[in-house]
Amino acid sequence: MNDVAVQVSGLIKSYGGVRAVDELDLTIKRGEIFALLGPNGAGKSTTVEILEGFRGRDAGDVTVLGIDPVMATRSWREKVGVMLQSTSPRSFLTAREALTHAARLYSNPRDVDDMLNAVGLMDKAEEKPQELSGGQRRRLDVATALIGQPELVFLDEPTTGFDPEARRQFWGLVESIAADGTTVLLTTHYLDEADHLADRIGIISAGQLVALDTPEGLRQRATGARVSWREAGATHAETTETPTAFLRNLLAQHEGEIDRLEVTHPSLEDVYLDLIATPEAEADA
Amino acid sequence: MSTAAAQAPSWWSMTVDRTRVELKEFLRSREQMIFIFFFPMMLLALFGAIFNTDDLYGTGVSFGQYFLAGMIASGILNTGFQSLAISISIDRSEDVLKRIHATPLPPTAYFTGKIIQVLIVSIVQVALLVAMGVFLFDVELPTDAGTWVTFTWVFVIGLAASTAWGIATSSLLRNGKAASALLTPIVLALQFTSGVFFVFTELPVWIQNIAQIFPLKWLAQGMRSVFLPESFEAAEATGSWQLPMVAIMLSVWLVAGLIISAKTFRWLRVEDR
Repeated sequence: MNDVAVQVSGLIKSYGGVRAVDELDLTIKRGEIFALLGPNGAGKSTTVEILEGFRGRDAGDVTVLGIDPVMATRSWREKVGVMLQSTSPRSFLTAREALTHAARLYSNPRDVDDMLNAVGLMDKAEEKPQELSGGQRRRLDVATALIGQPELVFLDEPTTGFDPEARRQFWGLVESIAADGTTVLLTTHYLDEADHLADRIGIISAGQLVALDTPEGLRQRATGARVSWREAGATHAETTETPTAFLRNLLAQHEGEIDRLEVTHPSLEDVYLDLIATPEAEADA
Repeated sequence: MSTAAAQAPSWWSMTVDRTRVELKEFLRSREQMIFIFFFPMMLLALFGAIFNTDDLYGTGVSFGQYFLAGMIASGILNTGFQSLAISISIDRSEDVLKRIHATPLPPTAYFTGKIIQVLIVSIVQVALLVAMGVFLFDVELPTDAGTWVTFTWVFVIGLAASTAWGIATSSLLRNGKAASALLTPIVLALQFTSGVFFVFTELPVWIQNIAQIFPLKWLAQGMRSVFLPESFEAAEATGSWQLPMVAIMLSVWLVAGLIISAKTFRWLRVEDR
């Protein structure tokens, strides 16, 4: 059995002469949670929709679960779960009815009640989407994506508009799917979400992958620490590769307490902002 | 992971289930039930009561009887064309089609489910209209098999053409929300000019000439040949029911609708391709 779920090389997709995806390369292993992170308009959704078999491409090779998604077959659709970026629309079917009908399309579906329990919608099973909150609707969407027991599931910005509590619950659900061996491709513009869930993070900016690493690996890219303090009513700050030496020096120059002394290391967010800022800076230069 | 022998659901079981979904959606939609299903019945009761001419051109046919044939034709156009064009274009705008496309449901099962739903709704609708005609306007049901054969093919080809154009039109409309506002005047204009609300031969000749390009005129004329007595045939525009022409015109519209549907149907919104 092949241990690669998604293989992309040299992917190009243009709209009106503008490259939304510009020679992207990507490999996702079976069983991993992979997060594709990037600002709006970076090409995340275009890439994912190409992998889902919805969009064509201008160039490049794409293989998802062994086949080119533009040739999507019924048996391939059985193995791929899709949670779209758009929330489930108004419907005349209740959550339970929608899931029951969806389950009947698959060879080996999950139990509808189990699924409703897993996403915490058992109490709302007889409600229609328009009677549910935004977060509950997204949980119905993820249940629909998972009902067929897919090998690979796409979650496209799944927690946009969630409150922190709902986001935590959702993360737990994604972790339990992954624990069952399902490969998860998540797109998000929330850094904490990618950090919390992903085995690896791909950062996409202007249609290109600008970084591909584990959350820890990305964090380690941060070099330099910021030392700041207050002196004579003004805040001073220094960014340095050798904070300890700098501090020693600083302490030697000051007797007694130094007001508001702080040493901070760049967060994952700083690394991320730095990475997505680079291509534009180059373009400006 | 379940270890049960994985057997893919059959095409028929998926189609039957899809039909159930479509019927639930139709029956629970107030808009579909009022403006598509009951509308022709409301008009039949209303117009039949307002225009109480008992004897059109000395043929012994009342306006209510004439109107019944037109309302059956309109019902077929409502359920096949208007309802499908609006509901599919809304489904495309709201990504419902995209969601369906992401599942293993074969496209043929999706379309067959829609078609069976349209067929069931239309049969019930026409049966109720005919019952109203019999009880309110003393329409006499045909007694010979040949007339029922005519009814069957006019109904089937007329509904098939309407359905094909419903699907085709859904792809031509970019915005699901605008579909209803755009199509209602078109359907009304067809009804006014095709001999549904008025007796066809009373319309100005130039309107008759335009209307006979469109299928509703032929559908209504075919239905009149079934539900009106033979004595009325002489009062038709050419003094004949023109059944061969009814068959030709409806079939041409059917084929054109099928070609346009097949060439233009998309699961995704325009901006998503």
